[in-house]
Amino acid sequence: MPATYFIDPAACLYLKHDTCQICVPVCRSNAIDFTQKPIERKINIGAVIMAPGFGRVPESALEKYSYGKHPDVVTSIEFERLLNPSGPFEGEVRCLSDRRHPKKIAFIQCVGSRDIGCDNGYCSSVCCMYAIKEAMVAKEHDPECEITIFYMDMRTQGKDFDAAQTRAVEQFDIKFVRAKVADVMPWGKQLKLTYSTMDETHRFDPFDMVVLSVGLDAPKSARDLSRIADFKLNKYDFCETSSFAPLASSRKGIFVAGAFQGPKDIPESVTQSSAAAGIASAMLKQQRGKGIVHKSYPDEQEIKVDDEVRVGVFVCHCGINISGTVDVHKVDDYAGTMENVVYHDDTLYSCSQDAQEMLVGKIKEHNLNRVVIAACSPRTHEPLFQETLKDAGLNRCLFEMVNIRDQCSWVHANEPDAATDKSMDLVRMGVAKARLIQPLKEQTVPVNSQALIIGGGVAGLTAAESLADQGFHCTLLEKGSKLGGHLQSIKTTIKGENTVDLLKKLNDRVKKHKKIDVLTSAALESISGFVGNFSSVISSKKGKKQVEQTIDHGVVIIATGGKEHRPDKYLLGQSKKVMTQKDLETRLAGRAKNRAPDSVVMIQCAGSRGDDLQYCSKICCNHAVKNALKIKEINPNSQIIVLYRDMRTYGYAEDAYREAREKGVIFTPYTVEEKPEVLKKGNKTIVSYFDPILREDVTIEPDLLVLSVGIVPEGTKELSQLLKVPVNANDFYLEAHVKLRPVELPVDGVYVCGLAHSPKPLDEIIVQAQAAAAKAAIPLVKGYVSVAPIVSSVDKETCIGCGICASLCPYQAIQMLKIGKKKKAETIAASCKGCGICASRCPTFAISMAGFTNEQINSQIEAFGAVTTVAGGSKEV
Amino acid sequence: MSQEDFNPRILGFLCNWCCYAAADAAGVSRYQYPPNHRTIRVMCTGRIDPAFILKGFLEGADGIFTGG
Repeated sequence: MPATYFIDPAACLYLKHDTCQICVPVCRSNAIDFTQKPIERKINIGAVIMAPGFGRVPESALEKYSYGKHPDVVTSIEFERLLNPSGPFEGEVRCLSDRRHPKKIAFIQCVGSRDIGCDNGYCSSVCCMYAIKEAMVAKEHDPECEITIFYMDMRTQGKDFDAAQTRAVEQFDIKFVRAKVADVMPWGKQLKLTYSTMDETHRFDPFDMVVLSVGLDAPKSARDLSRIADFKLNKYDFCETSSFAPLASSRKGIFVAGAFQGPKDIPESVTQSSAAAGIASAMLKQQRGKGIVHKSYPDEQEIKVDDEVRVGVFVCHCGINISGTVDVHKVDDYAGTMENVVYHDDTLYSCSQDAQEMLVGKIKEHNLNRVVIAACSPRTHEPLFQETLKDAGLNRCLFEMVNIRDQCSWVHANEPDAATDKSMDLVRMGVAKARLIQPLKEQTVPVNSQALIIGGGVAGLTAAESLADQGFHCTLLEKGSKLGGHLQSIKTTIKGENTVDLLKKLNDRVKKHKKIDVLTSAALESISGFVGNFSSVISSKKGKKQVEQTIDHGVVIIATGGKEHRPDKYLLGQSKKVMTQKDLETRLAGRAKNRAPDSVVMIQCAGSRGDDLQYCSKICCNHAVKNALKIKEINPNSQIIVLYRDMRTYGYAEDAYREAREKGVIFTPYTVEEKPEVLKKGNKTIVSYFDPILREDVTIEPDLLVLSVGIVPEGTKELSQLLKVPVNANDFYLEAHVKLRPVELPVDGVYVCGLAHSPKPLDEIIVQAQAAAAKAAIPLVKGYVSVAPIVSSVDKETCIGCGICASLCPYQAIQMLKIGKKKKAETIAASCKGCGICASRCPTFAISMAGFTNEQINSQIEAFGAVTTVAGGSKEV
Repeated sequence: MSQEDFNPRILGFLCNWCCYAAADAAGVSRYQYPPNHRTIRVMCTGRIDPAFILKGFLEGADGIFTGG
């Protein structure tokens, strides 16, 4: 959906019938021009990134659930709109048929996914999680509403997603029923669902509303794009890629990112987009920086402390967003009564281009040296106005924004007098602060263009190669003696690609790369500094000696990986017949005659999902299916029973899961209340479990018992303390923003990828490593980091060197120096986030916060008090 | 003075990153709340010196709101 309004040519009366055009005169900004025509252009490019997103599943997949026949059968996308405060019922959940509040809602999963009936054999990966989210939001709106989710497998394999499902059950009382719904039948005002549960009871239950959790299909434009740009699609019409180069299409120079590569959620799409940009940037590095037009600004006007303060106040109508509630003219007139205000005006849209030009003109004409804009939020618009100040030759900090829209007109829509009063108060407080604002210096810190990469598994190797290909020198630390990490014990991917070969080639390329130094048996001993200027002490093996060296670098990528969790359960380590999937993979790759015996039992989630480990490790279901297929390939007569809770073969791995079932692998679900039991009787290993189809306990004695165990992170506890970055409850690194900044850590200049972030399969690790490298390259390419000028500064005269500030600073941005014989605090501007904790705790008021000084805040408080009446009525300054 | 007549003046110190952002979000969602509040934006509630709060009361605030 475009961020600005656009004309729908299918509905426009002018474009269809050559009439109307009402929009042209009513648009006050004259933004509508019907004479515009499409233009064909030719541009030279070095790489293309395809990101067309996903398409709709076939209508036939919806129609079988009475979609279109009954208004209260909606898709999950429509339901999301219903939940939205800007939706048709302003966020209230109501039936579309008669606007009643539904008392019972059913979610049906896998609509248009895992369905060979509509040629969508894959799993859409995101629907289980979004259904849980929508159900929880609906419950927040109406706690009385009963919600049931009908599913085949709950695939909440993402990082911390299982915890969300637990919350849905425990906190929101949402019901989960494992059943494939056969039919949805309109039944008076309601809808009746036909389904049978695992215990084979047939049910015919009424609901008020049915939500279809629709899958992600290939985009409608997929075939056209593939034809025009000449790259291959897979059998589901998504872009064909390999697990080793997950974003490279079949045509060199054409890359893919997002759902077009395969169904995926927000964090993975964001990760892929960063990675694709990084790959393209490496390809085009010869052209880097060329063709860029640098903006120039007039020289900055010097402002002295004792110069006359000349404030200009501009009050914005924001169309009718503000003036529909607030009496903008009254606020504007009021501003004119304030001391030092030499110019004031109201503007229709202060952010529009003509208003910006007007602002530059007025600053010059009236020699303004402080600007106050009363409009929307500084969080969204401060940078824009500050840019305009620079265009007018003013320091950008000589600016104060007063929020009379988001926090006034919009939230007091029915109280125009009170909203006008509030606006006048806020403008008075803003002007009071503006009088005391002083220009602040822009600061930049040069960046050391080297990178340190910790961990020599596939994540670290890929990240190093990506960064080195972009032209930056990397030092790669591996704690072991060999590169390769966890991947060394893996032979193939679930698609059958040879990972041994991949790893060998990757190792060779990295070792030969001129821009990569590999240090083995290495460890990070200490690290200091900040983004652009880190300094690390590293110990590593040289010959037979362990030596220490100091390396200066600008960024850090953490790729410390993980290892399998070997639980003290199910006789693991006690019986030769019991092994993990990893052990089995090694065994199957060997030559032993009986390596694929006649009877194999696999137990999924052994020690995971609420056992030793709280989380789902994402890869174990795929691993089990891959190994089961391998056994079947070697010994087609082998009887394999996989005991599982939810088979999480998401995405295209669903194909392998289907193939395994077709080849006779038996998948039997168990519940967390009735886990399988393993006993040892003499030499025998006996597995007993409850079979829900037979409805009785089964006891067998397999030749092999294989445990699908989880993944635990390695060494994150110690390293996270060294780097001062957070980990989550399961000791995986916690990213800066789970959805939007998935490879950055909260400390600037530190990035994460691979198993250290969360368990994930090889293709996702490779993309994440490429993304981390792409993000890390940003400060390295720039060559400097800019520091927002609103940082703290310490007055050395007043500072008594007590060190309270340094101990309280959450960002290690204050260092204690010895000046002469006295200790003094000093701010490291590049690390300071401007929070002001130091300033509010300083016992001698020696610390000043630029942009938020004590004087400025006190003047705002005084201006708050300088009012005679509150509601309606007149005001005095 | 009855409860209905009490029209307090509230001074708020809002953290730029959370509560101030939330107040913006309340506006975007058009949630309505009483217009008694005047905001001073700070970059973190850690910036709030206890003296600011005392000064707020001295200047006639009936209540001080800190959001962070």
